[in-house]
Amino acid sequence: MSGINQGSGSDVLDVHERARFEQLVMPHLDAAFNLARWLLRSREDSEDVAQEAMLRAYRFFRGFHGGDARAWLLQIVRNTCYTWLEKNRPVELMTEFDEELHPQPSVSPETLAIAGDNRERLGRALETLPPRFREVLVLRELEGCSYKEIAAITAIPIGTVMSALARARQRLQRALTQPPVQEASREL
Amino acid sequence: MSCDYTRTALHGYLDGELDASRSAEFERHLEGCRDCAKALEVEESLRCVLQRSSLCERAPASLGKRIRVDLDATTAAPVVQRIPAWRWVAVAASILIVASISWYAWPRVGITRNPDAPPFTAAELIDAHIRSLQPGHLTDVASTDQHTVKPWFNGKLDFAPPVKDFSDDGFPLVGGRLDVLGGQNVAVLVYARRKHFINVFVLPTRMPDTPIHPPGLRQGYQWVHWRHQGMEYCAVSDVSVADLHELAQLTYQ
Repeated sequence: MSGINQGSGSDVLDVHERARFEQLVMPHLDAAFNLARWLLRSREDSEDVAQEAMLRAYRFFRGFHGGDARAWLLQIVRNTCYTWLEKNRPVELMTEFDEELHPQPSVSPETLAIAGDNRERLGRALETLPPRFREVLVLRELEGCSYKEIAAITAIPIGTVMSALARARQRLQRALTQPPVQEASREL
Repeated sequence: MSCDYTRTALHGYLDGELDASRSAEFERHLEGCRDCAKALEVEESLRCVLQRSSLCERAPASLGKRIRVDLDATTAAPVVQRIPAWRWVAVAASILIVASISWYAWPRVGITRNPDAPPFTAAELIDAHIRSLQPGHLTDVASTDQHTVKPWFNGKLDFAPPVKDFSDDGFPLVGGRLDVLGGQNVAVLVYARRKHFINVFVLPTRMPDTPIHPPGLRQGYQWVHWRHQGMEYCAVSDVSVADLHELAQLTYQ
């Protein structure tokens, strides 16, 4: 290797690294934005946070030595989102994650299908979930991440990804089939 | 709905994350357990709703633009400011030395150039190389097949550049493009070397063949120059000089 690009640990990257970043990381901008969008529940905020996260990713890019670029980026996006939430909406992060699975009042697939047909309502139901439930659902169902990727992105052990998803799905079903009146009494 | 499987296997099954034997075991269980069968149906319905929902939001184009502006601002240029003062002294000294040598070496009559030198300046060459590394500029025709790249140049230039793939020697052909160098249209062949790119600029010449000239170095990029069978070649990259030489020799064969 030529060793020309090694630099002295500065955060300024050269044109090669810029080109490599464009090729490997920029294609995942949509995924980055989508995760931020659902974690922050606001388009404007998520644009700013996604922009900040991409710049952070760029600064850390020398530390990325191949592998799953999307998972690597989404991990940075998630951390940036949580830092932002801690600063701007600390209350949101105080929900307990390790909630027990409740025996569920039976929901029929048809009821779900009808309720979920309304995009607005589905989006609102997803937004009522605590961020830690929301993120596993977004990663699994909207981004198609594997358990391994979800574990890497969210820093939860791979063994608990499945139970986190199980709880998140149950919460979403509940939020979706609750009478809309009750839903409206939440914030907004 | 209190079957143990609902907790332990159903979601893994739904997500295709169980290994073959556990998956088969769960399927056998499903045949006999109505709770699980129903729960699976509900989960599948929820998944279907989510995936059909168009909840996935794409980044607005303006965001991509803003980010690229940020990235460009953090790229390359500030490196210059980091060069310590003693290097500037060294640079100044080299300029002096080069200038004094050129003074003696330069032909006295008119402004005729050194006949062995390429018909463009090092600055033009390096600029063209750096420009090519910017996103989307590397190739006009991206192909590892010399029989795709060579005909692509037909009708675009008034000469036919020789195009060869050297994958077997560790220099796979990446593609080709048109460029302008020293005011002339030139063909550029792009080769990869590990994770680096090498641009080989090709243009016709009437000068006799020359051997592979000793390398030049500028802004961290090196180049070698040679003439062979009526073509002028210049290979530029940040790979080692030895690599450039090896590639030059391959085209020379």
